[in-house]
Amino acid sequence: MNETVIKANKLTKRFGDFVAVDEITFDVHKGEIFGFLGANGAGKTTAMRMLCGLSIPTSGEATVAGYDVFSQPEEIKKNIGYMSQKFSLYEDLTVLENIEFYGGIYGLTNKEIKTKSEELTDKLGLHKEAKKLVRSLPLGWKQKLSFLVAIVHQPKIVFLDEPTGGVDPYMRREFWDLIYDAADRGITIFVTTHYLDEAEYCNRVTIMVDGKIEALDSPSGLREKFNVQSIDEVFYKLARQAKRSAD
Amino acid sequence: MKQLLSFVKKEFYQVFRDSKTLVMLFGLPVVQIVLFGFALTNELKNANVVVVDNAKDLASQQIINKMEGSNFFHVEKTLWSSSQIDAAFKSGKIKLAVVFPANFNTDLLHLNKASVQVIADASDPNTATQLSSYVSSIVTDYQTQLSQNSAMPYTIIPEVRMLYNPDLRGAPNFVPGVMAMVLLLVCVMMTSVSIVREKELGTMEILLVSPVKPIMVIISKAIPYLILSWINLGAILLLSVYALDLPIKGSVLLLVAESTLLIITALSLGLYISTITKSQQAAMFASMLGMMLPTMLLSGYMFPIENMPIVLQVISNVVPAKWYYIIVKDVMLKGLGFSAIWKETVILIGMTIFFILIALRNFKIRLE
Amino acid sequence: MRPLWFLLQKEFRQIFRDRGFIGRLFIAPAIQLILLPMAANFTVKNVNLAIVDHDHSTFSTKLSNKILSSGYFKLAGYTDFNSKADKLIENDKADIVMEIPQGFEKNLISEGSQKMAIEVNAINGVKASVGFAYLSGIVSDYNNDIRMELLQPARTNDQPVIDVITSFWYNPALTYYIFMVPAILVSLITGITGLSAAFNIVKEKEIGTIEQINVTPIKKWQFILGKLIPFVVMGAVVFTFGLLIAWIGYSIVPIGNLAILYLFLLVFLFAILGFGLLVSTYSETQQQANSLMFLFMMVFNMMSGLYTPIDSMPDWAKLVTHLFPVSYFIDVMRMVVIKGSGLYDIRMHILYVFLIGLVLNTWAIVNYRKTT
Repeated sequence: MNETVIKANKLTKRFGDFVAVDEITFDVHKGEIFGFLGANGAGKTTAMRMLCGLSIPTSGEATVAGYDVFSQPEEIKKNIGYMSQKFSLYEDLTVLENIEFYGGIYGLTNKEIKTKSEELTDKLGLHKEAKKLVRSLPLGWKQKLSFLVAIVHQPKIVFLDEPTGGVDPYMRREFWDLIYDAADRGITIFVTTHYLDEAEYCNRVTIMVDGKIEALDSPSGLREKFNVQSIDEVFYKLARQAKRSAD
Repeated sequence: MKQLLSFVKKEFYQVFRDSKTLVMLFGLPVVQIVLFGFALTNELKNANVVVVDNAKDLASQQIINKMEGSNFFHVEKTLWSSSQIDAAFKSGKIKLAVVFPANFNTDLLHLNKASVQVIADASDPNTATQLSSYVSSIVTDYQTQLSQNSAMPYTIIPEVRMLYNPDLRGAPNFVPGVMAMVLLLVCVMMTSVSIVREKELGTMEILLVSPVKPIMVIISKAIPYLILSWINLGAILLLSVYALDLPIKGSVLLLVAESTLLIITALSLGLYISTITKSQQAAMFASMLGMMLPTMLLSGYMFPIENMPIVLQVISNVVPAKWYYIIVKDVMLKGLGFSAIWKETVILIGMTIFFILIALRNFKIRLE
Repeated sequence: MRPLWFLLQKEFRQIFRDRGFIGRLFIAPAIQLILLPMAANFTVKNVNLAIVDHDHSTFSTKLSNKILSSGYFKLAGYTDFNSKADKLIENDKADIVMEIPQGFEKNLISEGSQKMAIEVNAINGVKASVGFAYLSGIVSDYNNDIRMELLQPARTNDQPVIDVITSFWYNPALTYYIFMVPAILVSLITGITGLSAAFNIVKEKEIGTIEQINVTPIKKWQFILGKLIPFVVMGAVVFTFGLLIAWIGYSIVPIGNLAILYLFLLVFLFAILGFGLLVSTYSETQQQANSLMFLFMMVFNMMSGLYTPIDSMPDWAKLVTHLFPVSYFIDVMRMVVIKGSGLYDIRMHILYVFLIGLVLNTWAIVNYRKTT
């Protein structure tokens, strides 16, 4: 059986009177590709930040990679990877320099860094661009590189926050190939997205509405349950009741 | 026209929502005026001074009393040696030492000639010369006291009239300078940074794609700072009239008109800088080097131009602030009219036209 | 320790890659160090004097010559007409107008005294009073000359004379450069390091890379050190460069121990970088950081004793200026470079700046924790 790498029980985040995340409960298993869907403002990013150790929950409990989010955020950080919406890479450093930096930050030895660098440039076919500034890469390459750098230290879990925004469908497909590859190697993927078609790529998906988890199942399971053909329709059914709209 | 208005509104919102920048924009003139008006002066007061009185006689005592009575000095009596004086200078304890030789009074009475040693810490040459000349004049006064003939024959009596600023206050000198600084700062730096910021963030393209002509985009950027500058100008004038007691002798309208001329020059310079820089930091740096530094140094308000090497004096002629400074002094402090400043105004207009032309030309090139 | 090393590697790479930055690091200081001292000269000379001579006598001519040959004055106009002279003052062509009345020589001899009108443009108060002091000094000298001429010599020897022997220590030539250049260097370093540090951190905030760092195992203290150390290095480099320019351009060689200067530089940078860090925690955008830093730099420059003496300030201003690390460093520079003061002499300076630095850095770190 798969071990549970993320466990959340009635996890809540309040900002004053506003309840951004309302008592969410779920488990994520090792090697799973776990999707967090929802409209903007539904609370996905807030939920993810709590699991990454970026934000302290107001109540409830959660463990990530076996560490408690309240008392052991530093340990969590050592065992996870993260790819942000805006920026993971330094535009004014080269591809190799970015790999070196993040590798070093996560404790890789010089030899490991060298190996990883070769591996990554091979995988992406970036040999010619390896010494160029990241700024000069097209968006699709940047995204892929960001992901690979996020898992350069073979973390147990990698968190992806809206990773494919602004990229064309072909590139997105290639990106997801990389994700599958990582999942096959035992890395758990926790991804938030508002692209509903990407739900189909996940093993299991939750749909958040107004801070609550309104649905949690595999894509096919959801379609069956709601008796519809696509995840889009599942979503619309749930989202119609939504009261919030902006993140 | 309506489109221009919406652009201008947007600019206003952006400017006024940035509270920290506003603090700087309005705080700057206030801070400068408060400091120049109430805190900064080159006059010396209460300088720590030491007197080594080896004579301890009537004459030395009289001179020491005079020194103690003066505001300039804070006198301490010691019996220090040369090396102790040196140590006191080095630790910054004192600025000057006066040494009376042992036979001071006796020499004066019997030989009609005596000497006093004044040792000044000349690391600050201004302080040193001022302090030592104060001591000299106290000694000279005493010397005059001693002289038998109290009334000197054949005396030339200079009668002096201090014009425009009878109390010799610092304010008249720096207020025009503060005006120049603030107007230039707001218009050049803020405008250039604001335009470059849109370039950096990518929102400039959106603006250029809109049906509004590019020139209107630029004007919409300039208008909030024009208005801010007027407000600032008003604030400075109010402060100087009511807080510093410096009335505006000449025509306020003329003053505002000339200031507006400077503002337009500055805005054009800001536009020009925005066309040659790619990042906000670079825009700020260019504004500093191209505008702030020359204004501070070469406009004549902080440092007198005539003291500078010829090279700098020549360069100062291309600094708009220099001409504006003269105009403001003439209109505000001397109460002169347009006939007195028409030459400077023409020069300023010329500079304005020049900057507008090169700015627009560069801007058009950038667009293509 | 390793994460810190990688952080530093990244920071230095980014700094060196920004070509404009390197130029700003050396070009701006060089220009300012050369221009500012040349311009920042408060001594009064070349006062423009207009003489209205209604007398045209030997006395009036001799007086005029004596004044003009003193070296302090330049002749702006020599005329018979008051109106012309007035115009000269109005047009800023003359700073002082001296009017020698008709019958000056005759009346002086027959009546024993004679008034003379002097009008001074007093907008620049310092220039006015010093210029007038020069003029009246020369006039009174000339007065003595006349007395010597007209009276019996014997009578003038009766007066007791006190010789005031003045010696100017440490700077006998009374050059203003040696006083200003070290202080200007301090102002430059403050601006460059403080501003750059604030910008750097705010830029990361603006772009969003700070969030990425927050997720990694990098500890907050490592991150902050990783930001501060490059700027300490930068400060030391600019300082050394500045000292070189002072030596080559102005022949200024520090009398005191260079090691003391560098020691104080370290403590100073500790404080000023803490300040930059503090400002960055209060700014969201680079523009804000720039505005805040600019305001503070201006206040520092004006109040730190750079141009006007701290001792002349009112008590409230003195109190405020003693909160600025800049004021202490300027003092230390002048003391050590010009007079050769030692470590013991500046011990209180070191202590105060260190304490200020402690407060600023603590405040900054507390603020930083809260906002990220």
